[in-house]
Amino acid sequence: MKLLTHNMLTSHVKGVTKGYPLLIKATEVKVNEVEFNPQFVSRMIPKVEWSCLVQAAEQLGHRQDLPGELVPDYEKNEEFLKKVHRVLLEVEVIEGCLQCPESGREFPISRGIPNMLLNEDEV
Amino acid sequence: MSSSCRRPEHTAPPDVFYNEEEAKKYSQNSRMIEIQTQMSERAVELLNLPEGQPCFLLDVGCGSGLSGDYLSEEGHYWVGVDISTAMLDVALDREVDGDLLLGDMGQGMPFRPGTFDGCISISALQWLCNADKRTHSPPKRLYTFFSTLYSSLSRGSRAVFQLYPENSEQLELITAQAMRAGFSGGMVVDYPNSSKAKKFFLCLFAGVTGVLPKGLGSEASDKTVSNQVQYSGQRCRFKNMKGKSAKKGRDWILEKKERRRRQGREVRADTKYTGRQRRPHF
Repeated sequence: MKLLTHNMLTSHVKGVTKGYPLLIKATEVKVNEVEFNPQFVSRMIPKVEWSCLVQAAEQLGHRQDLPGELVPDYEKNEEFLKKVHRVLLEVEVIEGCLQCPESGREFPISRGIPNMLLNEDEV
Repeated sequence: MSSSCRRPEHTAPPDVFYNEEEAKKYSQNSRMIEIQTQMSERAVELLNLPEGQPCFLLDVGCGSGLSGDYLSEEGHYWVGVDISTAMLDVALDREVDGDLLLGDMGQGMPFRPGTFDGCISISALQWLCNADKRTHSPPKRLYTFFSTLYSSLSRGSRAVFQLYPENSEQLELITAQAMRAGFSGGMVVDYPNSSKAKKFFLCLFAGVTGVLPKGLGSEASDKTVSNQVQYSGQRCRFKNMKGKSAKKGRDWILEKKERRRRQGREVRADTKYTGRQRRPHF
């Protein structure tokens, strides 16, 4: 699971109102090379919840020198875009689980695929 | 039910039906791959994405990632959701570019509002019309799916579903639940005159109402200029105004070719040589 997907994922367990951000408990993290596309990254930055992304990167130990606040004029700042690209698309959680902050429900991740299936009483 | 053996929905729930054996077909059977890719191409065309812009898309029922491959080819980024672990394993083996999730569409899409620029789904929606467990209620599951999908799409984006509806009641149920969830739009049918090439696409708009695209091979899309009289190469056939033309005659051939054209098949153009006899040979 890429951090871009994690940034968009919410918990959909019954009764949970916000369910965001999901806590990552990773046991295996991998960095996969992905082709850099500055246009896509700068398009996604306004959609991404910045504080959640920084927090997730911090948890996985891949924050490096990502700033806590969004840089103004990021479209032209290629160095910054490359850093965001790395965190958004290259860092992947392979094994571990995601935890809903409200209900405490855990969604296991295996082979990089989070299992978002709910039990019958949670729908 | 006589047709039940032909429809996979009737045999088992999707997470059971798409086992390793079935999943293998989607990576080896070249005919299946070709059809899936063709349908994804058409679905992306119907999505009407802005040109030259990489988009973030959702693929519901992504399976082995055949439709996703086409999205990656077009330069888009995608997230795929599927209920079958066997199919997702095949997708992992094929090393698809998108991110994968194991999830049930009837339980809703677990994404933040406004995440995606569009959504495609190839041959998946009809699975929602079956109740596989005691607690399943198809209308409710359809509504949960459409309402959560609606919120996860950005304003003005589209969702295109290719589906195989069983009957008109099923189609009605699906569209009614989609409209209840706030979508506008409707069905686009490609090649409506052919039983084989006919394809149903449910084309939904989130937020804004748009003009529904025309289906391929339907009468309306063939006429290019509406305010002019159509030029016709054929002469008026008063003799054959009623009934069919004589078999093997030129008119019969022209009619047959027209019929096949309507079915979306490949047909040679009509020329002055059509239906002519060859010169005698010794």
